[in-house]
Amino acid sequence: MSYLKEKLLSSFIAFEEQKNVDSYVHGIRTKAIKKFEQEGFPTKKLENWKYTSLKKAINYDYKLFPNQSEVLEFRDIKKYLIDDIESYKIIFVDGKYCSHLSETTHDGMDICILSSALTQSKYDLIIENYFDKISKKDGITSLNTAFSSEGSYIHIPKNIQVDKPIQIIHFSTGKNESVMFQPRNLIVVDENSHLEIIERFQSINENSVFVNSVSEIYCNKKSIVKHYKIQNDNKNASLVDNTFVSQERNSSYSLHTFSFGGELTRNNLNIFQNGERIESFIRGITIIGENQHVDHNTLIHHKKPNCESYQDYKGIYYDNSVGVFNGRVLVEKEAQKTNAFQANNNVLLSDKSVINTKPQLEIFADDVKCSHGCTVGQLDKSALFYLRSRGIPKKEAMALLMYGFANKVLASVNIPEVKARVNKIIAKKLGVKMGFDI
Amino acid sequence: MLQIKDIHAKIEEKSILNGINLEIKPGEVHAIMGPNGSGKSTLASVITGKEEYEITKGDILFEKESLEDVSPEERAHKGIFMSFQYPIEIPGVTITNFLKTAINETKKARGEKEMSAKDMLKMLREKSNMLEIDGKFLSRSINDGFSGGEKKRNEIFQMAMLEPKLAILDETDSGLDIDALKIVANGVNKLRSKKNAIMVITHYQRLLDYIVPDYVHVLFDGKIVKSGTKDLALELEEKGYDWIKEELKK
Repeated sequence: MSYLKEKLLSSFIAFEEQKNVDSYVHGIRTKAIKKFEQEGFPTKKLENWKYTSLKKAINYDYKLFPNQSEVLEFRDIKKYLIDDIESYKIIFVDGKYCSHLSETTHDGMDICILSSALTQSKYDLIIENYFDKISKKDGITSLNTAFSSEGSYIHIPKNIQVDKPIQIIHFSTGKNESVMFQPRNLIVVDENSHLEIIERFQSINENSVFVNSVSEIYCNKKSIVKHYKIQNDNKNASLVDNTFVSQERNSSYSLHTFSFGGELTRNNLNIFQNGERIESFIRGITIIGENQHVDHNTLIHHKKPNCESYQDYKGIYYDNSVGVFNGRVLVEKEAQKTNAFQANNNVLLSDKSVINTKPQLEIFADDVKCSHGCTVGQLDKSALFYLRSRGIPKKEAMALLMYGFANKVLASVNIPEVKARVNKIIAKKLGVKMGFDI
Repeated sequence: MLQIKDIHAKIEEKSILNGINLEIKPGEVHAIMGPNGSGKSTLASVITGKEEYEITKGDILFEKESLEDVSPEERAHKGIFMSFQYPIEIPGVTITNFLKTAINETKKARGEKEMSAKDMLKMLREKSNMLEIDGKFLSRSINDGFSGGEKKRNEIFQMAMLEPKLAILDETDSGLDIDALKIVANGVNKLRSKKNAIMVITHYQRLLDYIVPDYVHVLFDGKIVKSGTKDLALELEEKGYDWIKEELKK
């Protein structure tokens, strides 16, 4: 048994003692820790984890409940926020909610935190109906469930178009120590409501941090949810980001995942289409170098007829970086007239960079339109010469080609400020000072 | 402006240029003609610095400075431009974005101030009007899904925007109908001045009716085998290249 697993198991009792043992969640947590005890952390022996090892990430002596967190001020975090738009903000520092940096609301909707939702009886109904209902019962998710106590809690009742996006940011400061967090988000969007979420994990210093996050998102009928994940953490950070989305009829969910930072990032994305005429769009841009590792593991589960799904993941890899794309599309027998599209395009810029790409289509219906394709290539030499012959230096020309390559995903971002920010991060990542308005 | 001195070049062990000598002075228009495979496009590529070609002997001077070890972008900054025979399609990068980057990088390299967005827009409008290019064209991706004619017109548009000292037009006339040819030639002629020079590579006399050359050179087997005035182009049009080959045999 790994040291970290042992430490987690032994600290569970102390963790639960501080909580109300009569609560509904207590039973769930107790079950979950048993599941984690049985399964432990995933290893490369599991088919789904074949290309990604958590061995290094779990090898630190993480502080599990950092008691002293550094006080962060707005000026410390400003650069990690999309600060040029109005937004709700749910900010956590070292796993604890930070009210003076946040902007939440209970006015006709709940944009607040999970710890209050788990402890106040007025939220019982939502918790009992939605909490831990769609999350997978595997080792890593169960670990989060066992320790789930804080994160964002968002409930949008029906017919509300939330007036501004919500930014959910988890900061870690862990001054002289490595820290591990298990943030948990519960997001319920009722009939005909609209919501935009921007999510980010950010460590402020150079100590190791391991985040194991779980989000459950419920898109009830006719709702529209647009979700952005900006993954640009420091080199010392490992992230396992588990996202479960449950969609009812006529709902639309769209996700953009921008992966540029961190040492190891694993995205487990599971979308369940439970009704008819549902749309799911998932897109990603990954640009990594050095020894970075990013793994996108996606599932789109088509259960009912007349639904659509669209996946478009672009990756650029240099140095010794490793990328993984494992995209599974499951079309059940009942899901006739499904229209599913999947693309994964990759550019390898160095001899040592690696991409493992594995599209999996499992189709049990006979009247469907499903297509998928993955490509692995290099930058087009003749295009590079063309740009250079116009006076654009090599580095900038390469950057321009990479922008062109990723542009389709970027162009579909519907918040201009998010697009501008991602543009800026990409320019920095590619070491150029160009302004690209695409 | 441009002095090509006994240039020999090869690609993948195949020698293509076998000792070319040519001098182009400011204000001149030189036409390079010759049968397929005679080395015309290679000559253009070698002047613009395409790295696949290896120069085994000789030198190219631009404004008295050797271009040896000068990168393609630095050559562009010095004022060398080539209109590609087969312009490259680059999806996802708009023409406006591309030209803005190209112009500002060139200005930066020359130690000049970057062009303001307003001036850039004005110039884009002016030059696109000159070449009868629709404004919508500017927000399209470079050559992506363009017709052959649109691609060539886009090349000349880029030339007009970059205002080079030496413009090399590599078979710019191929793929153009007669109306497009006139528009393109008109754009090229607007760039002609006492300070600029143009090298026109073509198979046909047709383009030279509109862009009238001062000199015509015939390239054969990687060498200039005959030079003359525009009358030489007319003669080639009439007789083909065989008589030159015959002449060489003697």
